[in-house]
Order: sequence, then structure tokens, then C-alpha cells
Amino acid sequence: MKTHITTTVNGEPEEFLCETEQTLLDILRDELNLTGSKEGCSSGDCGACSIILNGRLVCACLVLAVEAEGQKIETIEGMADGEELHPLQKNFLKDAALQCGICTPGFLIAAKALLEKNLNPTEKEVRYWLAGNLCRCTGYDKIIRSVLNTAEEMRRK
Amino acid sequence: MSTRIFGERVQRNNDERLLTGGGRYVDDIPLSGALHVAFVRSPFARAQIISIDTSIAKEHPGVIKVYTYKDIGNLDVEMPLLIPHPALHSPKTQRPLAHDDVFYVGQTVVMVVAIDRYVAEDAARLVDVEYSDPFNCSIEIEEAVLDDAPLVHPDVPNNVAAHCIQVSGNPDKAFQEAEHYTKLKVRVDRSTAAPMECRAVAARFDAVSGELTVWDGTQAPISVRGGIASIFNLDEDKVRVIAPDVGGGFGQKVLLFYPDELLVPFAAMDLDRPVKYIEDRTENFLGSTQERTQIHDVELAATKDGVVLGLKDNFLHDTGAFIPYGIAVAQVASTGILGPYRIPNSRVEYKAIYTPIVPVTPYRGCGRPHACFAIERAMDQLADELGLDRFEVRRRNLISEDEFPYERPNLLFADGLAVIYDSGQYAKALDMIIEKINLDEFNTQQKAAAQEGKYLGLGLSFYVEATGIGPYEGGHIKVHPITGKVYVNTGLTTQGQGHETVFAQIVADQLGVSPEDVILVEGDTGAFDWGVATYASRAAVVSGNAIHLAAQKARKIVLDAAGNMLEASVDDLELGGGEVRVRGSDVSVSLAAVATACNPLRYAFNEAAQAATQFAPAARSDEPALGDGRAPGVETTAYYAPPHATWAYGVHAAIVEVDPGLCSIDIKRYICVHDCGNMINPTIVEGQVMGGVAQGMGGAFYERVEFDSEGNPRNANFMDFLVPYATEVSQIELHHIETPSPLNPLGVKGVGEAGTIPVAPVIASAIEDALKPFGIKRLHHVPLSPNSIYEALQESGGDFNSKL
Ligand code: FES
Ligand code: FES
Repeated sequence: MKTHITTTVNGEPEEFLCETEQTLLDILRDELNLTGSKEGCSSGDCGACSIILNGRLVCACLVLAVEAEGQKIETIEGMADGEELHPLQKNFLKDAALQCGICTPGFLIAAKALLEKNLNPTEKEVRYWLAGNLCRCTGYDKIIRSVLNTAEEMRRK
Repeated sequence: MSTRIFGERVQRNNDERLLTGGGRYVDDIPLSGALHVAFVRSPFARAQIISIDTSIAKEHPGVIKVYTYKDIGNLDVEMPLLIPHPALHSPKTQRPLAHDDVFYVGQTVVMVVAIDRYVAEDAARLVDVEYSDPFNCSIEIEEAVLDDAPLVHPDVPNNVAAHCIQVSGNPDKAFQEAEHYTKLKVRVDRSTAAPMECRAVAARFDAVSGELTVWDGTQAPISVRGGIASIFNLDEDKVRVIAPDVGGGFGQKVLLFYPDELLVPFAAMDLDRPVKYIEDRTENFLGSTQERTQIHDVELAATKDGVVLGLKDNFLHDTGAFIPYGIAVAQVASTGILGPYRIPNSRVEYKAIYTPIVPVTPYRGCGRPHACFAIERAMDQLADELGLDRFEVRRRNLISEDEFPYERPNLLFADGLAVIYDSGQYAKALDMIIEKINLDEFNTQQKAAAQEGKYLGLGLSFYVEATGIGPYEGGHIKVHPITGKVYVNTGLTTQGQGHETVFAQIVADQLGVSPEDVILVEGDTGAFDWGVATYASRAAVVSGNAIHLAAQKARKIVLDAAGNMLEASVDDLELGGGEVRVRGSDVSVSLAAVATACNPLRYAFNEAAQAATQFAPAARSDEPALGDGRAPGVETTAYYAPPHATWAYGVHAAIVEVDPGLCSIDIKRYICVHDCGNMINPTIVEGQVMGGVAQGMGGAFYERVEFDSEGNPRNANFMDFLVPYATEVSQIELHHIETPSPLNPLGVKGVGEAGTIPVAPVIASAIEDALKPFGIKRLHHVPLSPNSIYEALQESGGDFNSKL
């Protein structure tokens, strides 16, 4: 028996039917066609599936879709304001903070969650906050610089 | 106008998509009605299959079909041996689905196809496979090679798949004449690439057109296409293989075939429905190839001054249960062992050993990290034994600039060609790293730290990397008539290395357009179908030069045509800003118009096109519309086949602080000096090197795939198999030297794997240096964990506790 779920996704009301065992990640990707959130491990270890659920950074692979009832979901697809990229996206682009790009949505969402809490993080805080996200391509340094640059830019505004 | 874009820090031009969630990796391709595959995998390393009962699984709601080896027709064969070699006397490759015996935990036994992944995986658990009692097995290569060891393949004595000896110069004489001998045994453990996107394959068969389309997260779409066509007996043109966005590969995705790469297309044709298989992370540990375990016994023969006259290396290489990629990894190690050093006499002997665990194919570095660890640890030890400085010993042995090209007689590289180092400035790299470290300052700091009970150490390691090997790649260029945009194709594919940007830079220089107007389409056999694959740090060298040659040809067509159109001499023309201009005037024509005019037209579709139609004055001529040997449009193709590998190199150093109480290590500085020839885009080069170093740090400290004595993987997930996070990778200081390669027109060398190679010996060297006061045993085994440092301290026999 499928369950009917009503949520808000990237600011828009959204509803879907799901089986109780389906993860929110699978529903986002397969039912709502929001394939920006990625599967890297399905066990909460890589952060590729990071989304913001009611203001909290979570791994969508560890959330059951039925748990999303009445919740607010933010995914990578809602990060830019129309054509206008989020400052983090702009800086990732400028700083070449990605290579294959499969980890990138997760890093961006996680970094956004950080900057929403703390706009003045130290390098160490950025590194520890992002220690739920794995990247196999970049060696992290450009990502870290990019987040620090964005924080500084956003502080100035 | 003529500023060169080659060498500039051009912003990566394919990222906006990836940054907004628009990346299209295999699992993101919308395939309506696609079925999903799950595999039943062997729970034993070695055992015999007694029976397979799929009846309950077949009844499970949502299951479409369950396949055993009996149900896959012609596919029930041993998969290809990709790179045969005379030394590989007992090659064994795997079948798509196990038949009789299983050879490692994780081997695919049964394929279940169902309406979704959940159902497929549930049903896979309902398949009942009965096995014999598991056979004895030997996971350790040193045991597996012994006479009474249990055999992985009953007809392969001592589990030896290959045995190879390579001799250069006269090592026996060198060993007789030497004054000092340095002997050591080093070991590198098994690791895995663990790309963030696991492997994935989807396929759709169009029964009307007879076309099979396969989306494969592979590094080798053209080769996969060739293989699929051959195995299924289809014309190559009826098979299209697309590697869409691929989330990292690092070698793991260059093997063909993984069972799923054949079984998924097979099922798509059999069931006439789209089918897909998305590997999960555990399966990536169980079923996708790994690398690294080698044990080297190295001996150097040197003078008292530290000049190495000869080297002997005898090593064992773990190839896992099968050897589909041949002995490439071992072969690369066997030539890489001589590093950047002259060492004119050498004898290297190795055996590739079967063990009943996941098969081995190249992983970023491919044999070089092992060889580098062996030779660099040997150089440190030699210095230490002779009471010489580590930097100085290296300087005395480095090949000097005037010795290039430097050939190692009789040695063959993994491409079957001679080992000839083409260019380099090794001594300059050494000077540079000494300057960047600021040795004097470090020595002072080390002493001061010791006063406070802190232990600082400095480590270094050189590396060389033969990059850009053949056979060949191609480049295809087409200037579009309407937009003037330049489309570029090549046969290999990217997993994030920024081909879209660097290849665009190469073309932009020739055609005078901005790199954003150059659009690369690669990794799709439908777009360009000659070529090989992305491996051996070869894309920039082989495809880059092919594209450069194609762009030069296109430039010539454009100039000739524009000369006619503008009634000007070609020598007076210049390209830039998307147009061709008569130098010093404002007479110009856009590239789009040139491309249009180059195509004799019947029908006009815009103003530029009118000029190319039959009744337009400019086109009037009594000659045929296309002159002899002319093709329509601005479209060219060229190929580049390197004469042999081009050798990149570098030297890394690290300053670490070791806490002997906690056995923890803090990397204070990590410095790289590297030379990959002319750099097309320094930003992209930095990304490659930094990512490589991060993987090297993983290899130095954490990444060890563990198996118990029965061959069961013990850490097949990201909780237990440790990949460095942002908290583990330090900042990296990067310095470039650019010595052009004389072998190719662009003067470039590869850089993809470079960063990974020397990290482990740098770290081992630094820790040893830091713990010198304790007289610790040499660190000859990576990855290095706090445990191994603790053990080394315990065994040092020094008065360990009183110093804390
Ligand atoms: S897929 Fe969710 S944390 Fe890796
Ligand atoms: S960019 Fe490839 S995993 Fe991060």
C-alpha cells in the first residue's frame, strides 16, 4: 500500500505516493526527477545525497520518504535563484572547486547549511563541517577556499 | 588578438550544469519503464556450485526474469584477456556468471531483473545457491606462491600467472664492483579507487532499427562498443556506447568487461525493455577491481659516495582471482623502480600471483606508487647507511639535463615500447624543493621543537611517470555554419579532468574563437568512434595533440576560404574574436559565414547562406561545386600516435610533527614540485595534482582493503574503509616547472596520476626523520597507521618511554 505524502520542495508544494521502505533520496530522484542529489554510499558516509530538511542538513539516503510528510525539503535544484547562481555556486565555479562533479551538489548543500548557521567560520570549522562529505577528485583544498571566500563575500554584503 | 589561450587559467567551462544539479550520470538518464538488475554474489572465496534454485525468486512479485549461466547463451564464456603478454603464461579471466566454481567473494553468480531495484534486491535474496564446503585458500601472496599452497586455479602451479625478468646493462658486474650494498623489503597493501560514483550501466535495444544503446560509466566507451559488437556479433554501427558524466574513475572504470557491462545489454535485448544496473557501494568493494599489493625485495649496489651502480628487485604482485588486464600494473612497476636515477645496470624479476579475492587492474598510479615507495625508501636508507645527506645522494644519481633522451637499454614499458625518458630538469626540481622547504629554517625549527619535546620530521620523494602512451587517439572538428561555434570530438572520455576546457583552449588558439564557443562532445561512439580510452595519464597528450592537428587543418581551410571571400592573401589574414580579418583593416568575415560559404548550397536559410547558393555571384563558376579532394564545410579529422611514452616527474616533500605518545601525525607542510611539460591550464593541472596527492595521502595512511584468511572482505563500506575527508588532507603547496616534451607538437606530458605516486614514501621518510631520536625501525609498509608507528617505536629498542 502506497502512502500519500505532502511536502514542500524548494519552496513549492509537492505530493507523491511512496512505499514505506523507499528512501527520500529515491523518491526525489526517481519520482520527482530531482536527480541533483546523488547516491554515493546509501549509508550516510559520503554526503552526496545531502539535502536540507526543515533547516537541518541530512543525508537523504537515511531518511524514509514517509518521514517527509509536512516537511520542508531543500535540494540543489533550488539553490540558485532562477538564473542567478547562489554565491557558493559562483565561487565553486570561479575557484574550480569541482572535477567530476558528482560530490558537488552535496558539498554545496552542506556548505549552504553551514553558512546559514555561521557566516564567519574558521578554516578548521569549514573542514570539520564538511567532514561528512567525501570527494575523491579535488583533494578538498579548492572547496575549502571557495567556502571561505564565499563566507567573506557574504559578510561584506 | 594573438594572445595564446594555451597556458591560461581559463575557467572550467562545463561546471554550471554540475553546480546546479544538472549533471547527467548514468543513473540520472531518464529511461522510462527501465528494469533493474541485482546480482546474487558468491559468499565464498573458493567453492564449487552444487546447484542453483531460482524458483522462489522467479515467483516474487515484480520479478521479470532470473538468469544463471545457463540462461545467457553465448555469453557463457570467459571474458577477454585485454592485454596478452608473453610472460603471462597462465591467463585466467572470469565468466559473466559463475559456472561450476566461484573464485572470490562477490563474484556474480545469478542476475535478477525486476521492476525496480528494491524488488530486484529482495528477489536476489530468494535465490538458493548450494555450494560445496569452501576450499582452502591463501590470501597472502608470499604464502600463495609456496609449493604446498592451495591453488586458486587448479591448473596454475604455485598460483603464478606470470613470470617476467627484465635486465638492463650488466647488473652482475655492477654488484661485483660496488663498495656498498643496501637491502630492503617493502610492501604496499591492497587498495581501491573508490570513485564517488559507483559503476553503472543502462541499455536500451530498439528492435525496429536494430540499434543497441548502452550508457556506461566507463573510461573506454569505444573499446566497450568494439567488445559488445564482437561478443554479440553485431555490426559496430548498430551499437552506440555513451559514457555520460562519469563520477570519477581512477582506473577502475577502464576494465572491460565487468559482467554487468555484458549482461545488462543482453537482458535489454532479451527482454526488449530498457534495463539498468546501478552498483551500490558495497558491490563496488566486492565486484569492481582493486590494486596495489606488491612486496619488493630491493638491493642497491653503490659506491661509497652513494652513486648507485646497480639495482636488483625481486617482487611479487597480487593479481587477485583473475588477470583480465594482463600484467600492466606489474610491468609499470618493474620499469618505474629505477625512478629518475641513472642506475645503468638493473635486474628486475617479478611474479604475478593469483589470490582468491577481487581481481586487480590499474588504479591511479598503476604500479608506480609501489615502485616509487621501494626505490625512494632505498635511497633514504642508502644515504643513512653511508652517512650522507638524503638530498645529496639523490643529486648524485639524478639523470642530468644533457643526458636526455635517456634510454634504458633492453627494458620494455607496459606499452611494449622502449623506456626512453624524453626530457626533464631533475636537478632543478631538487634545487627548487630545497629552496621552498627552506632547509636551514627547518633544521632550526626541528632543533627548537626537540627542546620542547616535539618531534618534527622532513621527508622527500622523487617520482617519474611515463604518460601519454599509445596506440592513438583522434580529433574531429566542425565549425557550425549558423552559430560559428566549433564542435570538437575525440574518442576518449572524461571523469572530471576538464577535457571540455583544455581541449577548447587548444582549438581556440587555432581558430581565433573564445574557449566558450568550443563545444566538446566526447565519450559517445555516436559522435566519434575511433580511439581507445582514458588511462595512463594520456588524454592531454594523445587526444590533445590529435585535436591540435585537426584544428590546424581547420585553420587552413578557414584561411583559404576567407582569402577567397575577402580577396586577400592568406598571409594578410588573422583569426580572432570569431572572425577572419585582413590585418590592419576592418575588412572581415565571421567564422560562421566562412563555414557556410565552404558548403556549396542549393537552398538558402539565411543571408550568409545566400552567398553560398548556385546563383550567387560569389559561387558562380564552371567548375564542380567541390574541387578535387575538397569536402564541404569546415570539418577536419586528425590522429595522433605517440612514438612512445613521455616522462613526467616531480619531487614532493613534507614536514610532519609526530606525537610519539599518541602515534599521531600532523602534516605541517606538503610541498610539490612537478613538471608535466607545457601546461595547457595551470588551474586544471593543480586540481589534478591536488586530487592525486589526496589519494596518495589515503594510500599513505588509511586505505587498506582488508580480507580475512578465508577471503572475506572486512571493510567493504565507507565506515570501515577509510577515505580521507577534508579533515585529513592538508593544504598543498604547488610549484611548476615546464620542460616541454620533444615528442609531441604541444610539448605536453600527462599529469593525471602524478600526485598520487610519491606520497607514501614522503610520509614514511618524514616520520622516520621525526622519530630519529628513538632510533625507530624503518617504515617499509604502507599504509602507515598509528599502530604501525607504535610497533616501530616498540621495536626500536630505544628508551622510548623515558623520552616522552
Ligand atoms: S548516499 Fe547518502 S551519505 Fe552517501
Ligand atoms: S569532484 Fe569528483 S568526487 Fe568530488
